[in-house]
Amino acid sequence: MNEFDDMLKYLRMNSWEELFSDIPKEVWKKGIDIEAMDEISVYRYAKELAAKNKDIFDMPNFLGAGIYTHYIPPAVLEIVGRSEFYTSYTPYQPEISQGMLQVQFEYQSVIAELTGMDVANSSMYDAHTSLGEAARMAYRINKRKEVLVPENLYWEKESVLKNYIAGLGMSVKKYPLNERGMVALDKLQELVNEDTAMVYVENPNFFGVIDEGVDEIKEMLGKAIYTVGVNPLSLAVLKPPADYGADIVIGEGQILGNPISFGGPLLGIFATRKQYVRKMPGRLIGETVDADGRRAFVMTLQTREQHIRRGKATSNICSNEALCAVFSVAFVAYYGANGLKELAKRNMDNARMLMEKLRSAGFNAPIFDAKHFNEFLVELPKNPHEISKELLKHGVHGGLPINAGCYRNVPNSMLLATTEMIREEDMDKLVSALKEVS
Amino acid sequence: MYQQAKYNEPLLNEIKGEEEKEISVDVPDKLKRKSLNIPNLEEWQVVRHYTRLSQMNYGVDINTYPLGSCTMKYNPKLNEEIAKWFSYLHPYQEESTVQGALQIMYELQEMLKKITDMDGFTLQPAAGAHGEFTGMLLVRAYHEYKGELEKRRNVLLPDSAHGTNPASAAMAGFNVIEIPSNEKGMVDLEALEAATDDTTAAFMITNPNTLGIFEEEILEIAKIMHKNGALLYYDGANLNAIMGITSPGIMGFDIVHLNLHKTFSTPHGGGGPGSGPVGVRGELVDFLPVPIVRHDGEKYYLDYNVKHTIGKVRSFYGNFGVMVKAWAYIKRLGGEGLKNATIRAVLNSNYLKERIKGYYELPHKDLRKHEFVVKPKNARALDVAKRLLDFGVHAPTIYFPLIVHEALMIEPTESENKETLDKFAEIMLQIAKEAEENPEILKEAPHNTAFKRVDEVLAARKPVLTWKDKR
Ligand SMILES: Cc1ncc(COP(=O)(O)O)c(C=O)c1O
Repeated sequence: MNEFDDMLKYLRMNSWEELFSDIPKEVWKKGIDIEAMDEISVYRYAKELAAKNKDIFDMPNFLGAGIYTHYIPPAVLEIVGRSEFYTSYTPYQPEISQGMLQVQFEYQSVIAELTGMDVANSSMYDAHTSLGEAARMAYRINKRKEVLVPENLYWEKESVLKNYIAGLGMSVKKYPLNERGMVALDKLQELVNEDTAMVYVENPNFFGVIDEGVDEIKEMLGKAIYTVGVNPLSLAVLKPPADYGADIVIGEGQILGNPISFGGPLLGIFATRKQYVRKMPGRLIGETVDADGRRAFVMTLQTREQHIRRGKATSNICSNEALCAVFSVAFVAYYGANGLKELAKRNMDNARMLMEKLRSAGFNAPIFDAKHFNEFLVELPKNPHEISKELLKHGVHGGLPINAGCYRNVPNSMLLATTEMIREEDMDKLVSALKEVS
Repeated sequence: MYQQAKYNEPLLNEIKGEEEKEISVDVPDKLKRKSLNIPNLEEWQVVRHYTRLSQMNYGVDINTYPLGSCTMKYNPKLNEEIAKWFSYLHPYQEESTVQGALQIMYELQEMLKKITDMDGFTLQPAAGAHGEFTGMLLVRAYHEYKGELEKRRNVLLPDSAHGTNPASAAMAGFNVIEIPSNEKGMVDLEALEAATDDTTAAFMITNPNTLGIFEEEILEIAKIMHKNGALLYYDGANLNAIMGITSPGIMGFDIVHLNLHKTFSTPHGGGGPGSGPVGVRGELVDFLPVPIVRHDGEKYYLDYNVKHTIGKVRSFYGNFGVMVKAWAYIKRLGGEGLKNATIRAVLNSNYLKERIKGYYELPHKDLRKHEFVVKPKNARALDVAKRLLDFGVHAPTIYFPLIVHEALMIEPTESENKETLDKFAEIMLQIAKEAEENPEILKEAPHNTAFKRVDEVLAARKPVLTWKDKR
């Protein structure tokens, strides 16, 4: 007798159907009409589908807009590929999960170093949901209902934000940027009042602009929460937002070592000041000791979370993006402070080199007179979506097309990102192709 | 006897590396960073550090992980390999350059429809709870469209529900009302009927429920909801118990979220990433988030034209890397394979329950689905859990569901064979015996893990949350 029948017999059952005798016959299903494939066939089929895509190694692309294609060192992949890490789950039993707990604590520490904030949680789903959670947290702190966001907030982020705050009856209002693509400070000042729950500023912002006014905002806010959205790699060379008064810092952690992977998994960065830690969403790992007095780590301040507070929790998040945090901390450790600074510089230098090449070819780039990090807008003479498609015929993929009228003061243009994956020859290819199709 | 690796591994910032260097960058002076406190190490130092840490961590690849409600099944390596082939694609690439990726999403949507008998799917939510929240936003949008959101303020759920259910409903702005369970561990129908009226927006439930008990009155429950104009929401965390046997669609559910990281074998990654697709039926398809992947007979494309869409719940299209793994898993198993996985998961669960039930109390009824909940007779659930670790197996979920005090929630999954289950049962029996004869050994457990019992109270009393904090 095989073990299946053996086990059924142990249960005094004659057939497997008896295992489901509590399921009313009216709801039984006829089976699922999906054909099985053997392992090699699945492998081959997936290979065929992978071959239908053109990734950045097949064709250079200049896409960013929130997530970026960076090189992932094999050492990072090797670390994340340890199955002790990736086949574990939430460290509910800390004694047997110290490895993951320490890594998560290191991740929180690395984010705290980069942002300058006191605490970071061990991950949100992505930057967009971090923004939604930040607005909800602002409401918990000051009970106010209006969120001020920049006029160039990307529509996807705005949509996620609105969905996150709808249940609280909060609303979103936009403040304008000035002619350099930075926060129009005087206009923002006029909009801040007793209803303002939170002011959200991005640095670098959606247009890649490094905003020089970010240190003049905190003083105009009173009780409103100052939330800054960052590119974490830029923080290797830019002043940490804590130093200019941020109450909450959010950002896209994918940038630190996570494969871009068609947009997910991503990693929402979420950091704040110690005074607000009990209002924070998400999991927190804390230091403690074990029964022998050895330093150890454990999930802590859990009374904020859904499994204890249920309907009154600070957030519903349960499964998070812990493994993406492992990617990030391994990436940061691999590069170190010096390597991260070099990498940030290389990204910036690439942007400047591409701007120069575009200008020499007669293009207006960047559109805004400002320092940029690794992304900027180039003006185009016709519909950028058409141009984007035509570029493909020249073996190069452009950046994100932006139609005139989408943003005030922005003509037909393309948002170009330049990470370390872009070589000078790729830039030349893009510039000459752009010239031809324009 | 089991012995986990044990190192006194320093924190990353305590490892000695090279000096920090200054570099000159072209950023405005007042925004220039002065220093960054991250060590500068060699690659081998980094790899050794994290390899040692990994050895002090327990995963499904080491041994059984019967963490109830989490479906810690084996994660086939084929899926891991395939997912890597899609690592360097940007989601905003022109559709003509990502046809393979879009095809995978499309096929996954279609396969999930067949498994659940729902009419439309979004793959955007990043985890189960995120799927629930998306579902609650759909409930909002639907009632708003019908002009009834003002009065439909209440979401009902059983007292055995997972914490994310009330949290998600509350986040979407609903009042949460708990419905008691009866002595059989099922929803008390009378209480449900009494609580349901035209203020009810939805009823959220998982079936089988968190006790591993199938809600036999599910059709009646659906009738009560629909009669009152309310929607029925399926928490798909427990889908592993019913694949191919029944489906949320057949049972009358309107909205369902799935956990690809549970039912469809994608690894849990130390807490995530997950993926929480949401399926709906009927007119609710017009409310789904955008974009939806469609096929026009020739090519795959992203459709942003959804009539009453709620917009977006997350950036881009969701946790694509996780979708690829789930897609490969479903392709490999096929419909029959999924059904067999369910049958085996339920067989394993009942077999294990039968083997230990004389030694642990089994409240409510006998027949369970993919998981079951017991309580120790002479010990705390916490101590039993810690003692289990000494034998090189992971502990079950403890203290959940809340309606069973000292709950041990055990979900063996289909991945385990009889030998593993027998061993686990024997360990459970030995611990039951120890609880009577030598309770100290439980209270002092674990002994064989990298660390002894960890002080949670101290961590919460004086929070040290980064290496910048000094204890
Ligand atoms: C019954 C139940 N519902 C919902 C969830 C939430 O899923 P996730 O952790 O993916 O957010 C879980 C798992 O944690 C669960 O067990």
